[in-house]
Amino acid sequence: MCCPGCQAVAQAIVDGGLDNFYRHRDSQNADSELIRTNSSTRRKQELEFYDNPDIQASFVHDAGEGQREALLVIEGITCAACVWLLEKHLGAQPGVSTVNVNMTTHRARIRWRNEETRLSKLLAEIDRLGYQGHPYQPNREEQMLERERKQAVRRLGVAGVCMAQTMMLAAALYAGELSLSMDAHIVTLMNWASMVLATPVALYSSIPFYKAAWRDLQTRSLSMDVPVSLAILLAYLASAWSTISGSGDVYFESVTMFAFFLLVGRFLEMSARHRTGRAGNALLDLLPTSAIRLDGDREVLVPATQLRRGDRVLIKSGHTIPADGLVIEGHSSVDESALTGEYLPQSRSPGDQVIGGTLNIEHPLQIEVTETGSESRLSAIVRMLDRAQAEKPTVARIADQVASRFVAATLLTAAAVALFWYFHDPDRAFWITLSVLVVTCPCALSLATPTALTAATGTLRQRGMLISRGHVLESFASATHIVFDKTGTLTEGNLNIEEVRSISTLDSQSLLSIAAALESRSEHPIARAFRTHMAGAASDVQVHMGQGLSGRVDDTFYRIGRPEFAFPEAPPPQPEQKGLWLLLADSERPLGWFRLDDQIRSEAAQALQELQSLGLTPVMLTGDASDAAQKVASTLGIKQVFSGVSPEQKLEHLNRLSQQGAQIIMVGDGINDIPALAGARTSVAMASATDLAKTSADAVLIANDLLRLADSVRMARKTRTIIRENLSWALVYNLLALPAAAAGLVAPYWAAIGMSFSSLVVVGNAMRLSRRNRPAAQSQESTE
Amino acid sequence: MDIVILLIPIAIILAGLAIWAFFWSVNNGQFDDLESPAHRILYDDDEDLIPEDARLDSAKDKTDRSDQEKN
Repeated sequence: MCCPGCQAVAQAIVDGGLDNFYRHRDSQNADSELIRTNSSTRRKQELEFYDNPDIQASFVHDAGEGQREALLVIEGITCAACVWLLEKHLGAQPGVSTVNVNMTTHRARIRWRNEETRLSKLLAEIDRLGYQGHPYQPNREEQMLERERKQAVRRLGVAGVCMAQTMMLAAALYAGELSLSMDAHIVTLMNWASMVLATPVALYSSIPFYKAAWRDLQTRSLSMDVPVSLAILLAYLASAWSTISGSGDVYFESVTMFAFFLLVGRFLEMSARHRTGRAGNALLDLLPTSAIRLDGDREVLVPATQLRRGDRVLIKSGHTIPADGLVIEGHSSVDESALTGEYLPQSRSPGDQVIGGTLNIEHPLQIEVTETGSESRLSAIVRMLDRAQAEKPTVARIADQVASRFVAATLLTAAAVALFWYFHDPDRAFWITLSVLVVTCPCALSLATPTALTAATGTLRQRGMLISRGHVLESFASATHIVFDKTGTLTEGNLNIEEVRSISTLDSQSLLSIAAALESRSEHPIARAFRTHMAGAASDVQVHMGQGLSGRVDDTFYRIGRPEFAFPEAPPPQPEQKGLWLLLADSERPLGWFRLDDQIRSEAAQALQELQSLGLTPVMLTGDASDAAQKVASTLGIKQVFSGVSPEQKLEHLNRLSQQGAQIIMVGDGINDIPALAGARTSVAMASATDLAKTSADAVLIANDLLRLADSVRMARKTRTIIRENLSWALVYNLLALPAAAAGLVAPYWAAIGMSFSSLVVVGNAMRLSRRNRPAAQSQESTE
Repeated sequence: MDIVILLIPIAIILAGLAIWAFFWSVNNGQFDDLESPAHRILYDDDEDLIPEDARLDSAKDKTDRSDQEKN
């Protein structure tokens, strides 16, 4: 049981004959919080809210014949099985005519007949499966991504079609040249045809390279885009010239092939970048869609975006606080772990401040809104994210470093060659210079890095590490420090029962079942720890804020909580000073102790050991100010610990570390990690992280397994070796071919064959990255 | 060999048509989701499309399988 869907509907699936689900499910799904939060009655009200025609106006439209169509964003989709389940289940609802779920964008297009079913009912069905549907309201950024994507597909498609055609003609031309039997006018015709086909590739598909090269030239740096653009443009223009003038050689097939391969690499990189986070619904995760506003004594359900400063808002227990505010009535505890990293809820009473996006746990609270929208604490963090991203240090790529020297050298050589031949044999000067440029065409050089990166990225993805920015592998290889957040990253992020100590005749099993019965009604994180032991429910349960619970189990009165509360007559001393201890007592004597803690991930110790043996220094950076931080650190052997730091300070700490020369990988999951994730040189988000954290990170640990970090570092180092091999090979080839071309000894087809051969060597070498590791990856998967 | 003079322009026109069709399908949203179609082909949910007399009796192993999945 792993998917959000699995746990909630396993039975429904099997009963409904939908058991195919289990055959299409991938194994790399993280646990989800959604199941826990779906059941509330508030959600039901919220859904009815979406039936309101005014609200529907923004995302539902009439599809004709009494049908309506809506675009929804569905949270919790992780694999093809989710798509299958959603489509099947929703499609089987009465009144639904079509359902189409897009796995890449997580969007669903649903068409239904309004007189037979209502949107709220469909949304409730989505909830029941364990997912969560929101109306899709595209923002500008998202529309831009969409356009960028379509544009890239078009460019790639054009390059593909034209490359295939040009190659076909080129094969005929080469055959004709070798057998010396082709008529001159047919050769001319074929050259013209090749030119027609190569033109869209050179002038449309390759535009991204030109733009990037132009940008580089303006900033006076030479990246790989410059030689790529030069090669494509020069080879194309020279071939066009020789076609029109009827003399010289054509290189159209090289141009198209080269452009196509590079476009494929860029396209894959772009898809990975788009996949990790969808900017459009990033904030949806954090704030609730609706809020209960108090107009006098009346409770009105309004969209959370309509809240204004000074509004009084009622927040029931288990609901997310919709805006920053001051408590004016009620006492409760608030789970702020997402924003601060504190893993225990904080108690809040009138006069205290609460932050939008945090969770009210125990009792209803009335707050007065102090800040909404862009002024709120949450937006401040998001703004910090933008700034951190803009100031992020750029990573110098190996390829670009080599490229800048290489380009300069090639251009100088070409100029020298041109000059030399101009004085000795002006007729041949142009063609020899051109062949120098084509032979040194940076094919192998510019393929050296992308192919290795693509192969390594693909392998890592299979093993549960999704890389979304190109520089990640290179900076992984050179990293010296790895910085972890505590709550949710090194630990599971929720409380667990670590130890049961009986101080009476009862054994731990019966202690646990009494405690679980008492805690069964509570929504408090402490109560969740007991949920697995739940057998029956207690009666007359009363919650004593910040103290504990009391209630009746099998006609005996029990109390559980702080020692002074559970047994006020003579509270026994806590067994150990450290940790969170709960005492269970009946009215006559104390019965037993429970120790609760945020459990450290089971694989964390091994992962840290492996990382240390790879030479990385672990650092912990947590917002949790309690002694739990020190304890986790000493258990895992982390020597550098900074606890109780705010999101801003996290970023400062990172910057200070990198000023001291450290190359950092930052691993985190919470909202409070977002600025650090965005500002770190390389950052990794956990699979359970919020969408916003995933968007700002450079990679996502989809397997939610810290051991993959060590795997990734090893893989990155291997990749670096391969890239170096590739680059040296490309340089050696160029150094050998250059003198021959400069002397005017290289025939065009030899140049083409040499170029293809060196490219193949490079690609083949890169493929070793995906092949060598396959047996290891398989054996790992089979043990899971 | 003169037939080539006719064939090559035809090839170019066909390539042009292919590009036009490709643009049409991109604008039509057919390339929006490049992942799920690859999985969709593997779904064994076409049982009701198989004619009655051609069906294998799979009721028994289906229950077996669901029992295994539950565990």
